[in-house]
Amino acid sequence: MATATKRSKAEKSLVILLLIIGGVLVSLPFLWMISSSFKPENEVLAIPPTIIPDNPTIENYINLFTSMNFTVYLRNTIIIVLFSFLGLLFNAMAGYGLAKYEFKGRERIFYLVLATMMIPGQVTMIPVYLILNSMGLTNTMTGIILPGLAVAFSIFLFRQFMITIPDDLIEAARLDGAGEFYIFFRLIIPIAKPIFAVQGILTFIAGWNSFLWPLIIANDESLYTLSVGLSLLQGQYANNFALQMAGAAFMVVPIIIIFAFFQKYIVEGFTMSGIK
Amino acid sequence: MKQLLNNRHPYMFIAPAVILLTLFSVIPIIVALVISFTDMNLKGLANWSAISFIGLENYKELFSDATFIKSVFNTFFYVIIGVPLVIIASLSIALLLNYGTSWIFNTFRAVYYMPSITNIIAVAVIWGYLYNTEYGLFNYLLSLLTVDNIPWLEEPTIAKISLIILAVWKGIGINMIIFLAALQGIPKSYYEAAEMDGASRLQVLFHITLPLLRYATFFVTVTTLIGWMQFFEEPFVMTDGGPLDGTISIALFIYQEGFRYSEFGYAAAGSFILFAMIIIVTVFQFKLQKKDTDL
Repeated sequence: MATATKRSKAEKSLVILLLIIGGVLVSLPFLWMISSSFKPENEVLAIPPTIIPDNPTIENYINLFTSMNFTVYLRNTIIIVLFSFLGLLFNAMAGYGLAKYEFKGRERIFYLVLATMMIPGQVTMIPVYLILNSMGLTNTMTGIILPGLAVAFSIFLFRQFMITIPDDLIEAARLDGAGEFYIFFRLIIPIAKPIFAVQGILTFIAGWNSFLWPLIIANDESLYTLSVGLSLLQGQYANNFALQMAGAAFMVVPIIIIFAFFQKYIVEGFTMSGIK
Repeated sequence: MKQLLNNRHPYMFIAPAVILLTLFSVIPIIVALVISFTDMNLKGLANWSAISFIGLENYKELFSDATFIKSVFNTFFYVIIGVPLVIIASLSIALLLNYGTSWIFNTFRAVYYMPSITNIIAVAVIWGYLYNTEYGLFNYLLSLLTVDNIPWLEEPTIAKISLIILAVWKGIGINMIIFLAALQGIPKSYYEAAEMDGASRLQVLFHITLPLLRYATFFVTVTTLIGWMQFFEEPFVMTDGGPLDGTISIALFIYQEGFRYSEFGYAAAGSFILFAMIIIVTVFQFKLQKKDTDL
């Protein structure tokens, strides 16, 4: 018995040791980014490199907003994130409609949603551009936001969750005289909180990181998002790695903080959606 | 009465999302199919009468286009090396993380998930610096081991491998979570029974855990393969397909034809070839899976 616990203790230490080694390897790029972003321009190119900056400075972060238009990029990114939450509401409504109502064409629409999930992005990218172009929406904020609002995968997840809500609950609310939209906002949304949490985080991350579509649609710098701005910075200040790292950190750190707070919902969400 | 009540509302609930999805997903597929049989380009965009139907010409031309053939070869290179690496790495990490439940394991779960939520441009900026031949951390660390400078992104084959390393780093997170969810769904009683029968650790792993992860493994394999066949972001932001088209993938080829050279018809044809390849590979996998369960 004693040897058995001793062995499992050694085993646990080995597992933790392996996790630490792997964890250091995986987070090395992040640590290097943070450390380099606080170095002055000459120190960042020094060989051998310093692990902790000798003369730490926050000048790089200030430069993002003074030499570059990061204020504008940040504003645009926040606009996109806010509208993607409106899209999240649309997806939730569609998921609820598909899960809880009997109506003509329901099956067909659901299969259509599933089918669009399988189409690779490269197929629709060019036609969507052509469609927006014919609507006169290229180089506008509307053109950046509209195509990303409805997400088939999100509709699918909402439907899967909402189908588990008992019908009796909705019937009872109807008998009490509640309207359909009142039921959705006051009854369904509170019940569906966990799935909203997961989808909310994923929506935030996708909106915050949005890059390719803004790059295709926006010609004016006033419409650039943080990612597009960061890639512009990489081109303009190719050898100022300290400034580049500060820009990257400015994009990555908010996501990491939000994720650290909500990470348990993401794991639960995958267990909930039945993909296992 | 109930019929009447249910008539209007469902459509009001689904309308916004379904209309948007139709406009930006369903119609574009039809448009893509149509223009893939035309010579539509920038001229055609301004003046629709300049567009003419050329039948299968685009498709024929693609198969004699040296860049396209190179992009197909590169994509297979990425898939054949990258997909097994991602699956093995994410499964191993999930197994390690499933070992305990204390805060250490939760923290590491977050650490391993982090790369997958990191913005691709930030990734390109950070890794571009790490891979830099003169000032990069990787070459500095190697120089301590007296290894010569490696041209991480300047030599076609090494560049492909560098992109795979980066993509594996970024791809572990989501698959690891799926494996972890599946591992947590395995009933404890199976392990207890095995322990009573005196099964060793390795026997439990190979005869209980891995077989029970069959469905998760299948799901991960299918989705990872589909994702890697569309390999795009990494070469797009790191190398732009270079050097000498050494890292160009099919998806990047389509993007460049469409948005750099404005050959919309040609690019659309390329996208359907990619789509067909994805469908063939996926159907093949489902067939294999069926055979596997029959036995």
